[in-house]
Amino acid sequence: MTASEKKQLMIAACKVRMGVIEGVHSAKAGHPGGSLSAADLFAYLYFKELRVDPANPKWEDRDRFVLSKGHTAPGLYAALANRGFFPVEELLTLRHIGSRLQGHPNMNETPGVDMSTGSLGQGVSAAAGMALAARYQGKDCRVYTLLGDGEIQEGQVWEAFMFAHHYKLDNLCVIIDNNGLQIDGPVDQVMSPYPIADKLKAFGFAAAEIDGHDFEQIESALAAARQTKGVPFAIVMKTIKGKGVSFMENQAGWHGKAPNDEEYAIAMKELSAQLAEVEAM
Amino acid sequence: MSDVRKIATRESMGNALKELGAQHEDLIVFDADLAGATKTNIFQKAFPERHFDCGIAEANMTAAAAGAAAMGLVPFIATFAMFAAGRAFEQIRNSIGYPHLNVKIAATHGGISVGEDGASHQCCEDFAMMRAIPGMVVMSPSDDVEARAMVKAAYEYIGPVYMRFGRAAVPVFHQEEDYSFQIGKGEVLRDGTDVAVLANGLMVNEALLAAETLAAEGVSVQVINMATIKPLDEALVLKAAQRCGKVITCEEHSVIGGLGEAVCALLSEKCPTPVRRVGVNDEFGYSGPAGALLKQFGLSAEHLVQVAKELCGKE
Repeated sequence: MTASEKKQLMIAACKVRMGVIEGVHSAKAGHPGGSLSAADLFAYLYFKELRVDPANPKWEDRDRFVLSKGHTAPGLYAALANRGFFPVEELLTLRHIGSRLQGHPNMNETPGVDMSTGSLGQGVSAAAGMALAARYQGKDCRVYTLLGDGEIQEGQVWEAFMFAHHYKLDNLCVIIDNNGLQIDGPVDQVMSPYPIADKLKAFGFAAAEIDGHDFEQIESALAAARQTKGVPFAIVMKTIKGKGVSFMENQAGWHGKAPNDEEYAIAMKELSAQLAEVEAM
Repeated sequence: MSDVRKIATRESMGNALKELGAQHEDLIVFDADLAGATKTNIFQKAFPERHFDCGIAEANMTAAAAGAAAMGLVPFIATFAMFAAGRAFEQIRNSIGYPHLNVKIAATHGGISVGEDGASHQCCEDFAMMRAIPGMVVMSPSDDVEARAMVKAAYEYIGPVYMRFGRAAVPVFHQEEDYSFQIGKGEVLRDGTDVAVLANGLMVNEALLAAETLAAEGVSVQVINMATIKPLDEALVLKAAQRCGKVITCEEHSVIGGLGEAVCALLSEKCPTPVRRVGVNDEFGYSGPAGALLKQFGLSAEHLVQVAKELCGKE
């Protein structure tokens, strides 16, 4: 990764974070915490990894991305908008009546959304079904899915993991956003999913554990995923919930709450400063 | 009547999938460790490379099929009605129904005629659950000819479809020649003027037998096969109610939420008509041979005769 590439990714991630805050503030509802923890991944996927075409969002041979943790739609929408799938201004319509940007992703309304999700545990199965279908169809596209660390408490997720391994879906990359917090508190206190990577390995996955805010680590893990044959690949990325907005970081309370006007102003000021700093690099 | 051919509609489904599979490479099948019982093993033998056993994991199977449909394939998913409509209800609702994906749910072992397995496996609530999902087509065939035609119609139709097939072998009364099936269209099998019997599944044949008996007793029965429960053939139901003035619904399903309630809702709004609902009366089933259970639960020609006579003031 060149310095210039990294800078572009950092700029994209800042813009994704700003889009999240603007959308959720405008909606007066939504899920900023997990959108911000995954913002760097969203930026990397849509600005570097995924073979997609914003001008042709239904392109048949595109890579697919399924946001299994569908409540972090504000992050996905911000990435899609900044990548050119729809106007960035539209992010302000999040959760408004008549908006294409539903509270949880709707594949039939939002350009670039590959699967409707929101009910936890189902997206990963859909992604596995896509990977199986792609192989049957002889397509060389890849399927990526992002889950929350609380989400993997859903039993269906482990059904999907068994299925992915049984059918040797090496075109599937499962990413788990391990920000450590869910609605009722720390994941290990609510219902511990740990050790996550070891469990995935026991289910037959090749797995990497990375810092989800480090673009070099994201890049090398995704490269390893592409090179792995015969088994599906899992990336468990350690992240900070609310990353980028000081008062939201590591606070379970910011899982599903919109900032008020004052909090919005502080958050945008912080993010603008981060953007200016990156742009000056 | 001695040589009536009998076949379970689940087997008809398996045969139809095999026929369709030969013509359409985009048809794939998912099963959940029940291929021998759902009869998708007929397809599996012909096309092993596109029959995917998902193991005993219906939730994943259902949402995985949604993913395959999003890729442009036409997946049929098969398991028992209890585990399709019941266990995987929310996967059907959110991953198939809400995005209106092109998945065909082939639910077998519907109703009380599952028999010996008992209440845990006798799903009499599936029409109710599936009808409640916006945009879902809900159907239940009455015999082999209709079941095979229904599977083909479901393949041709673009959008989610729920089909319920039976475990027990049932008489074949449709003639293969000049038969055609249309989603959403009821079928008048016998004309009559005193009472209209609207039935689906194995109750259609019972309704035909009851009509025969009633004719001998001076009651003229119109028998209509309502294989599609949703969308309901409203025009035909209204026509039957206007013609006969009395309606009986019968189905191997709870009287709550199935064909009976769909017909009552329509008639109470558009053509108030006396109705009797024959079905499972808000109770669980139990183990026993299918035939004996159907009689005990009043899902028989004999019971239909009684209900019709009472409704027509003949007793």
